[in-house]
Amino acid sequence: MSSTPVALPALGDRRLRVTQAHVALSEWTKFRSLRSTIWSLGVGFLLTIALPLLFATVTANRWAHMSVQERADRHPLDIALAGVNVAQLAIAVLGVLVITGEYSTGMIRASFTAVPKRLPVLWAKLGVFAAVSFVVTLPAVLIAFYGSQAILARHHILQISLGAPGVLRAEIGGALYVMLVGVFALAIGAIVRSTAGGIAAFAGIFFVIPPLMNVLPTSWNNAISQYLPSEAGRQLFSLHHSPHSLNVLPGGLLFLAYCAVAVAVAAVLLVRRDV
Amino acid sequence: MIEATGLTKDYGDKRAVDGLSFTVRPGIVTGFLGPNGSGKSTTMRLILGLDRPTAGDVVVNGKHYRDHSAPLCEVGALLEARSTHTGRSAYNHLLSLAQTHGIGRRRVAELIDLVGLHDVARKRAGQFSLGMGQRLGIATAMLGDPATVMLDEPVNGLDPEGIHWIRTLLRRLASEGRTVFVSSHLMSEMALTADHLIVIGRGRLIADTSVAEFTHRASKNLVLVRSPQAEELRNAVVGPDVGVVVRAPGLLEVSGLTAAQIGEAAAAGGFVLHELTPQQASLEEAFMELTRDDVEYHVADPGAPDPEVMVA
Repeated sequence: MSSTPVALPALGDRRLRVTQAHVALSEWTKFRSLRSTIWSLGVGFLLTIALPLLFATVTANRWAHMSVQERADRHPLDIALAGVNVAQLAIAVLGVLVITGEYSTGMIRASFTAVPKRLPVLWAKLGVFAAVSFVVTLPAVLIAFYGSQAILARHHILQISLGAPGVLRAEIGGALYVMLVGVFALAIGAIVRSTAGGIAAFAGIFFVIPPLMNVLPTSWNNAISQYLPSEAGRQLFSLHHSPHSLNVLPGGLLFLAYCAVAVAVAAVLLVRRDV
Repeated sequence: MIEATGLTKDYGDKRAVDGLSFTVRPGIVTGFLGPNGSGKSTTMRLILGLDRPTAGDVVVNGKHYRDHSAPLCEVGALLEARSTHTGRSAYNHLLSLAQTHGIGRRRVAELIDLVGLHDVARKRAGQFSLGMGQRLGIATAMLGDPATVMLDEPVNGLDPEGIHWIRTLLRRLASEGRTVFVSSHLMSEMALTADHLIVIGRGRLIADTSVAEFTHRASKNLVLVRSPQAEELRNAVVGPDVGVVVRAPGLLEVSGLTAAQIGEAAAAGGFVLHELTPQQASLEEAFMELTRDDVEYHVADPGAPDPEVMVA
C-alpha cells in the first residue's frame, strides 16, 4: 500500500444512472460473490437429488417384506419429490440471509447510498433469488425423478411416466414451491432485519405452527390447516388432494398471496425505516 | 454544495440533531467538528437519506439525495460505520456498487489501483485491517467521480501513513474543485486540512466560520514576555485595562496590550527583552472553549486534561 498516488481518474461517461436492470446486475454480482451462498445452493441441490435416491433404494430393498397395504401407500412421486422438503429449508435460510447479511455487516448502508430509492434493491434481490432458486431446483427434482425411477425400475416396481397426468405439473410445482418459499423467506428477512430472527420466524410459520394444529379439535384442524402457507403451497407438488386440502390452483394462488403480502409489508417498511 | 435548513432528528425522545442550518460550499475543505455524540454522523446519514429527518430539510446540489438519477455521481460518502459485507472481496464489493449505476469494470480496477489495494483486491473484506477498510471506503466514495465528497471521521484509528494519505487526498479533492465535507472530533486534524468549519455540539450549530476566524474569536490576545528586568517592566505596563501574570521568574503573561505596545514601553524604560511572543489560542483550546457546555459525556476529573480524551 503506497501512500503517493492520489490522482483521480475522471469518469468519462456522464450518462450513468440507476436503473432496475443495473440494480439487478448488481444484485447478481452480490449473490454470486459470496462463498456461503454457493455452498448452500450446492448442498441444497445435492440433497434434493440424494434423498429420493436413498428412499428409492430403501423402498426397493424392503419391497419383498412389505404388506399389500404398505405397498399401496408408496407413491413414486412422493419419493421423487422427497428432496423438496430439504431444499425448502436450504433456500429459506439463504433467502433470509440475502437481506439480513447486509444488515448484520452494514453493507445495507452502501447499498442504499448507491440506490437511495431502495425499492429497486428489494425487487432485484427478489428477482435474482427467485430465478436462481427455480433454475437450481427444477433440474434437481427432474434428476431426482429419473434417478429414483431408474432404481425402482431394476425391481420393476412403482413405475410412473413424466407424461402421466399431473406428474410433470407436480415436478414443476415442486420447483415453483421452493422458489416461492425463497421469496417468502427473503421478505421475512427484510421485515425482521436479523438473521436469527428471520430464520426463527420462517421456521415458526412453516415447521412449528402446522403440527400444533393437531392439538386442536379435528374439525377445527381440518378447517384451518389447509389455509396455512405451507399446506396451501404444498398442493403445488401434491398429486393427490384429500377432502381437507385445497386443490392445486387455489392452493398455489393462496400461497402466492401470502408471499405477496409478505413482500408488500417488506417494501413499505424498507422505504419507511431508517437504516 | 450541501444545504441544510432546520435539520432535526429525534431518536425516540432523544434529539440527535437540533435545527441545524448550514451550507457546505464547493472548492474548499469544510470541517464538520463536534464532540463524539454531537450528531455529526446522524447529520451525514440525513444528507444521504439513510435516515429521515424529523423536521427540516437537506438538499445536495439542489435536490434531495434520493431524487438524483445517479446519486453516486453527486455525493461520494465514507461513513464511519463499516459498510462492506465481510464475506465479499474488495473487487466484487466495488463492482456490485458500480453496476447499480452502469459504471464499468475498468473504473473499478482503476480505483483499486488508486487506493493501493491491488494486491488484496481478491481477498475478503472481512480480513482487511482498518487502514485497508478505509481505503476500500474511499474507493467506494470515488466510484461515481462525485462533485461532493463526504467523509465521516476518515482518520479515526489510522496509522501515520494512512493519516497522511487521507490528508493529501482531501487537499487534492478540494483543489479539483470538489466540495469536501469531512467530520472529526479532533480539532488538530481540522487545523491541518480544513478551510472552513462547521462546529456542532449536542446537535446544535455552535459556529459556521473560517478556521482563522474561529481561532481569532477564541483567542485571548495574550503576549508572553521574557525579560531579566521583569519586575520593573511589570510596574511600567500594568494599569486598569492591562493584566500581568508572573508565570515564572522573568516570565510575564500580559493581556490588554499588543506586542508592539509592550516593546515600545520596554524601549522607553530601557528594559532588556529576551522574548516577546503574541499567544494565539490553539484551535484545540478554541474548540474546547466553545464546546465546553455541549460535550455530551464529561470526564469525571478535568484536572489534567488530555485534549483528545476531553473531547472524545
